[in-house]
Amino acid sequence: MCLAIPGQIQRIEHDDLRTGTVSFAGVTKEVCLALVPEASIGDYVIVHVGFAISKVDEQAAMESLAMIAQLVVDPANERPLP
Amino acid sequence: MKYVDEFRNPNAVHTLSREIHRITRHPWTIMEVCGGQTHSIVRYGLDRLLPGDITLIHGPGCPVCVTPIELIDAACQLAMLPDVIFCSFGDMLRVPGSHEDLLRVKAQGGDIRIIYSPLDAVEIAQSNPQRQVICFAVGFETTAPAQAMAVLQARRLHLANFYTLVAHVLVPPAMEAILSSPDNRVQGFLAAGHVCTIMGYEMYEPICRRYQVPIVVTGFEPVDILEGVQLVVTQLEEGRYDVGNQYARSVHRTGNLEARRVVEDVFEPVSRNWRGIGKIPLSGLQLRQSFAEFDALQKFADRIQLRSTASSLDSECQSGQILQGLMKPSACSAFGTRCTPDHPLGAPMVSSEGACAAYYRYRHHEVAPG
Repeated sequence: MCLAIPGQIQRIEHDDLRTGTVSFAGVTKEVCLALVPEASIGDYVIVHVGFAISKVDEQAAMESLAMIAQLVVDPANERPLP
Repeated sequence: MKYVDEFRNPNAVHTLSREIHRITRHPWTIMEVCGGQTHSIVRYGLDRLLPGDITLIHGPGCPVCVTPIELIDAACQLAMLPDVIFCSFGDMLRVPGSHEDLLRVKAQGGDIRIIYSPLDAVEIAQSNPQRQVICFAVGFETTAPAQAMAVLQARRLHLANFYTLVAHVLVPPAMEAILSSPDNRVQGFLAAGHVCTIMGYEMYEPICRRYQVPIVVTGFEPVDILEGVQLVVTQLEEGRYDVGNQYARSVHRTGNLEARRVVEDVFEPVSRNWRGIGKIPLSGLQLRQSFAEFDALQKFADRIQLRSTASSLDSECQSGQILQGLMKPSACSAFGTRCTPDHPLGAPMVSSEGACAAYYRYRHHEVAPG
């Protein structure tokens, strides 16, 4: 039920509700952007039941992946599995 | 797909699995709250990448599963009214009520429309001014802003034929109910990433302190879930109990303030009966008095019969045990035999995020027949 997926904002319209076109790996969908006033064209947003609920923080995503990559090169982690 | 593929990377999954093996010294029981996380865990077999000492148990985080029977019954009655168009997410249609489900009502002629977004229901109301349009507002905090926005939009458009049947539930009261139960086995939580995208995680800080359990806000992809487990286990092994945030690419401590404001404007907390579990204080949402004109139960009160909440437990279904993590789906005697997605005895077998449905889909072959 709480399924939400990231997509990239391609176009923004300002009618009575702020809406826009969001591309999910090429599949586009009209999405309400009223809850993410800070998001602009090119940004990635997380979309749930037709509403963008957050703007993806690219730096946080990169840091998360970098932290995991760090585990690989840390020799302390090369101990055999118990 | 960007922000999905990287978080399904097999190398990262393997690295995290190895790291969790390395740091685990004691047996721990961790609950993932959200049904979406349960689905990922069972689909990708993530529980099998963990040391035997770590037990993942599946939480109550499936709003479809915990919507009380009396609201399903109300939905079925409303959907049968000849002047009504009843709008619902597709997941709700096969959830058994006490006598029937919405799919059967639809087959009998009820005008039920499956919607993708609550705004679709507003559009249906706009283009059918002679009909009464009811939107079944089901979901956790993640979905509440969308339903609130639909109500606000209906008011903005001066629609006099738009109503909601509100069944919203809230996650933190359910986590507290689990932690305060004498049967509780949960020592740490993976909190639901999209619920926290809306609400933030400051409300978990007092829960961590009161029950001395670590709570880590966690996303939904395999890498997210294993990293969430790693962060919980690290705290457990060090004797700490803080709120952590694995899903920082979407979640901030205070959540989405605009979404929270919209929910606060339209809804207020109310005690709610959870299917299979029972009443949990202040665990649901209802429309505020200032939005009472959109309340389907008030508008149609004299045309339907509401059942009492006392008799809302399913007879054979063990969903209460499943939803509180006290029993695995495959341990139920009806699993895969008398209870299947085509003929569900209870809601967790219906919803695509229900624990029983996930086990049926991905682990059915492991359950011994008979």
